[in-house]
Amino acid sequence: MRGRTKWLKPLLYIVLIAYAAITFIPFLWALSASFKPLEEIVSGGIRFIPKHFTLDNYRTIFVREPLFLRWFLNSAIIAVSVTVSNLLFNSMAGYALARIRFPGSQLMFYSILAMIMVPGQLTIIPTYLIVKYLGWLNSYQAIIVPMAAQATYIFMMRQFFVNFPRELEEAAAIDGLRRTGIFFRIVLPLARPALAAQTIFIFMGAWNEFLKPLMMMSEKAMFTLSLGLNTFKGQYISFWNYIMAASIIMTVPALLIYIFFNRYFVKGITFTGGK
Amino acid sequence: MAKPGGRHKWREALAGYGFMTPVILILGGFLLLPIGYSVFLAFHKVNLLGDVSYRFVGVANFERMVDDPRLWIALRNTAKYALVVVPSQTLLALLLASILNLNLRFRQFFRTAFYLPTVTSSAVLVLIFMWIYNANGLLNHALAALGLPTYNWLGDPAVALTGIMLMNIWSTAPLFMVVYLAALQDIPDALYEAAELDGANAWQKFWRITVPMLRPVTFYVVVMGIIGTFQLFDQSYIFSAGSGGPNNATLTMVLLIYQYAFKVLDMGYASAIAFLLAVVIMIFTLVQRLIFREERY
Repeated sequence: MRGRTKWLKPLLYIVLIAYAAITFIPFLWALSASFKPLEEIVSGGIRFIPKHFTLDNYRTIFVREPLFLRWFLNSAIIAVSVTVSNLLFNSMAGYALARIRFPGSQLMFYSILAMIMVPGQLTIIPTYLIVKYLGWLNSYQAIIVPMAAQATYIFMMRQFFVNFPRELEEAAAIDGLRRTGIFFRIVLPLARPALAAQTIFIFMGAWNEFLKPLMMMSEKAMFTLSLGLNTFKGQYISFWNYIMAASIIMTVPALLIYIFFNRYFVKGITFTGGK
Repeated sequence: MAKPGGRHKWREALAGYGFMTPVILILGGFLLLPIGYSVFLAFHKVNLLGDVSYRFVGVANFERMVDDPRLWIALRNTAKYALVVVPSQTLLALLLASILNLNLRFRQFFRTAFYLPTVTSSAVLVLIFMWIYNANGLLNHALAALGLPTYNWLGDPAVALTGIMLMNIWSTAPLFMVVYLAALQDIPDALYEAAELDGANAWQKFWRITVPMLRPVTFYVVVMGIIGTFQLFDQSYIFSAGSGGPNNATLTMVLLIYQYAFKVLDMGYASAIAFLLAVVIMIFTLVQRLIFREERY
């Protein structure tokens, strides 16, 4: 037994390190390309450290491509609005379903459970037609409003509030606070772990969303980064240095959110199964 | 809370509806309404020119699917894709999670690092992989260095789908790894301790305790993997610039729906395909939920 465990441990570390390399290499290769001049990239070869280190690629996409900054802002506006409205609306609904008694609450709860199972593909085309009918094509609300609340996270918040200690709310009620006051002053601030888990998934979902902007935004000025990157490909067919610089810029915000909220991550995943 | 009385009840109900209003409006207008609308569209021919108009065509849209060669190609691609990707990503996720569940040093670091592809935008991942798959790119250099054959990953119909498969195994396995990790931590230590007393070795413990205890999660991971396959879009769209090429090799169900709806502008037929796809996905979800629940409680 002893002899066997002795070689097992290094072997496991080798597997972990090898897989870490497999995970990192594509990112490092992209990062390296973003700091290389084009000539160095097209000449081929495997060289992770740039021979001629340059920041020109980043300078070019921000300064010479006037729409890049706009796309970044569009993505930020959409992702932040979607995140904030989800945090607010999902929590309000989750709290109402967990705590407040009102006629129809059971029906609403079961409807929300059923909605979790409806795949998004079913609603793509009708949502497009509704947005078109409202005259919202090529506007922020075309993406923000349909994504502003999500059944999965309403259910998650409801489960969270069901297990929330009642005593605090009761004390606040005795002090004369109404439901709205209790919710915003007492309950919501204490729901931070659940809100953090939601933030990660909703922000990333909105920031990385591809299909919805592809449908709703046909004007180039309204593109999000994910769409903009894709046009870079057509526009600079072999300018991989710019594409990689833009890709790195797009990855940073999601990465920061991930690192910042990392400890809430596992909890959220086991709840939602990712998506 | 306060004294139960008529006024209090009334106020509670009002608060309840007030709290629910935003969600009722959003989910009502952009989820419930679209569900009904999509069923309506599936039985109509939709004319998008000028004002949108509809003509009832019965089940014609569904009949048309039988003779649609591209639909069958998309289905075949999906099946091929699922047969390779689902088992590979499940095994990889289980392997990584089992190692990370051992009491090794730096396991937190490895878990965080492995998860990186999952937080990255699909658009970014596809572009990075296209850059790597480039004829003169990193992958071909690595293959050549190892003395293996190189491929035209982007342009050759025989390997284009393989390229997307490799990328997706790489980017989805970490998600399921975290699901497995959570499940592994739920297995009671007492089971392993009892097995040790009976003289079981690590291998036996893995096969006789870990794998059977993980059965519900594995089922979940497999079903979610299959559903993910049906929903594949971003990757093949960006990879093929929306065409599903080369030679339909990367055509997927959702890409086909997108093409019919927004390129051919045949929204009725596209809705019929979307409706059928949604039914299939919901059957998978329901079966998984029912079985999962039974195993759990």
